[in-house]
Amino acid sequence: MKHNSAENASAAMADTAAKAPELMGAEILVKALQAEGVKQVWGYPGGAVLYIYDALYKQDTIQHVLVRHEQAAVHAADGFARATGEVGVALVTSGPGVTNAVTGIATAYMDSIPMVIVTGQVPTAAIGLDAFQECDTVGITRPIVKHNFLVKNAEDVALTMKKAFHIARSGRPGPVVVDIPKDVSFKRVPYTGYPESVEMRSYNPVRKGHGGQIRKALQLLLAAKRPYIYTGGGVLLGDAVAELRELVDLLGYPVTNTLMGLGAFPASDKRFLGMLGMHGTLEANNTMQNCDVLLAVGARFDDRVIGNPKHFAQNERKIIHVDVDPSSISKRVKVDIPIVGDCKDVLRELINMIKESPQRVEPSDLAAWWTTIEGWRARNCLAYDDQNQEVIKPQKVIQTLWNMTKDADAYVTSDVGQHQMWAAQYYGFDKPRRWINSGGLGTMGVGIPYAMGIKLAKPEAEVYCVTGEGSVQMCIQELSTCLQYNTPIKVLSLNNRYLGMVRQWQEVEYAGRYSSSYMDALPDFVKLAESYGHVGMLIERPQDVEGALHEARNLKDRTVFMDFRTDQTENVFPMVQAGKGITEMLMGSEDL
Amino acid sequence: MRRARILFKEESIVRRARALPCAGEGGEKRNQQMKHIIAVLLENEPGALSRVVGLFSARGYNIESLTVAPTEDPSLSRMTIQTNGSDDVIEQITKHLNRLIEVVKVVDLTEGAYTERELMLVKVRAVGKEREEMKRMGEIFRGRIIDVTDRSYTLELTGDQAKNDAFLQALDPTAILETVRTGACGIGRGERILRA
Repeated sequence: MKHNSAENASAAMADTAAKAPELMGAEILVKALQAEGVKQVWGYPGGAVLYIYDALYKQDTIQHVLVRHEQAAVHAADGFARATGEVGVALVTSGPGVTNAVTGIATAYMDSIPMVIVTGQVPTAAIGLDAFQECDTVGITRPIVKHNFLVKNAEDVALTMKKAFHIARSGRPGPVVVDIPKDVSFKRVPYTGYPESVEMRSYNPVRKGHGGQIRKALQLLLAAKRPYIYTGGGVLLGDAVAELRELVDLLGYPVTNTLMGLGAFPASDKRFLGMLGMHGTLEANNTMQNCDVLLAVGARFDDRVIGNPKHFAQNERKIIHVDVDPSSISKRVKVDIPIVGDCKDVLRELINMIKESPQRVEPSDLAAWWTTIEGWRARNCLAYDDQNQEVIKPQKVIQTLWNMTKDADAYVTSDVGQHQMWAAQYYGFDKPRRWINSGGLGTMGVGIPYAMGIKLAKPEAEVYCVTGEGSVQMCIQELSTCLQYNTPIKVLSLNNRYLGMVRQWQEVEYAGRYSSSYMDALPDFVKLAESYGHVGMLIERPQDVEGALHEARNLKDRTVFMDFRTDQTENVFPMVQAGKGITEMLMGSEDL
Repeated sequence: MRRARILFKEESIVRRARALPCAGEGGEKRNQQMKHIIAVLLENEPGALSRVVGLFSARGYNIESLTVAPTEDPSLSRMTIQTNGSDDVIEQITKHLNRLIEVVKVVDLTEGAYTERELMLVKVRAVGKEREEMKRMGEIFRGRIIDVTDRSYTLELTGDQAKNDAFLQALDPTAILETVRTGACGIGRGERILRA
């Protein structure tokens, strides 16, 4: 197979050059976005992308959202991609535009989010000469993208964009950067249409799992005495939610989700043991440690999930690991049956084999295992002082939100820290792609941009951003974007005047030396929200929480900023300290 | 040097015969640092090399040597990377190399029979009776003298790295003025072929 390189593309174009219309590189780029079905682009203009902005001005199928900081452009497109499953697109200029976008790109990369980030570059003739607003975009972003391109010829724009979208959304998804020098976006070349397909000899992600391996997995699963199903973000990214639910219905095994995988299995289902990991439930973690057969799907055994790998390995268990990325398998934990393939395809195959198999799992086979698990569950590890009338417990805010919106078409985004963990623990996600947060990189500041990205794509949905007064200030300028583009979101800021998670670690591991974790001189968030043209609310008493949430929810077409003054010293429990095993949990303040 | 190769071959058979270890067993053998020669076929495009090098530095893998040049098909480059690591690390290295979009194929040559060659140029002092001795030494190691002055020779040697090491060790260290080595390039023996 001959590689469909730029040379071929230009040769083909030369043949039809006579009849093909001449378009600018920037116009070809916009046509590529249209052909990919892109409806929204988040971005920020600058010198190197002005031709692209000019091309966007002359069309009306793609809406451009002008953010207030490039980091938020990438986050918003990322949030859109997480909620919809489509490829998110951001557009930034060269130099500082790119460096500001880097945090957003790394965030998407760590969570395998399909994105295409178009970046301007100085003209090709100026590259390498330290030109104004020049940076080595391909070099800077190389370790945090699935792939990146520097487009040196306008003739290559269409094919490169086709490749970029293909790479971003196939296999293990990820962000792809396309760097376009200003002269490339300006140059006119014959345009023969957007390629319908692309073939790359060097890139052929596996879809189907190995039948023999799946059969072996089936034998292990059916013979298990203490089985457990552990799934991560891969089940959501791979659109394998229906398959997971069918599999659990067939087997009746206990299920846990990682932080990234919440919503893949309904939180309200009895077989769901809650999130596992550093702030997972007692039952989810104990089951992980004590199971004899573990089916891991689209998850990567990361350090926040299995804690100390040596402790994890102390108990013997057989591990089946399904992942589309072979490098995720046997990376931190040895796996007995690796299955490389698309989660959806592999689970479907597994279900078919179970249905064909004469063997059945009888509920009685699992009775003893479930009794053990129910013993752990009875400990009710997420219990907290929910009757407190003196001070707002942050958990109460999340629970109230959940009770109010569980039957609604609602999305919950979060920033990073204690509020994120409380949202993950106390909001029962029953549907996929409703919980939008930065799991891998742990980026503070994603909450508002995520929310506005989702609201733009899903104007009918209710979008809540659970945040803290620390995180929210990292991208608070986007409240301005929310007004300009009419994306009314509801911000729930759990304001404890501390960088809560840092404070918690300092309390637990640094003998209460609260080094630089207290925030003095906070802004008046009510006035701040109002100055951005939104509604601000200050909620200080537990009895006002529900009413405030109701009021905010009823202000359907307004962005509302709720400043909840919460208990300053509340900690997230259970907690597994860094370096500890996942069953070595602190259950509450009595364990400190 | 043939002995060394056979040794590698036997070890790779042992490695393949062993079942995949489960979480419990660390397996001391698996943790042994072994030399590996990895052949990579990749698109001959700007930046492809830096992706490979960046992967090694970002994930803390070793590069003992790396050679790269276009193949008979100018759209492809062939790279030989010599590295060392435990089996687990080498497994991750090959997986991550395969994950790079521009990489077409990856083979760990040390998994089977292979040959490796390295080109070495050595400038040695050659004065008085050293001139005859250096010349003879070069002949023993099947080297060639490719440049001469009245005070020095430049010798060209090819062989696997152990042979080139042996040559350097055989010389009086003070006589070595300068050395330059290409690093290993390797190819599978017999019918093993690596093509796109």
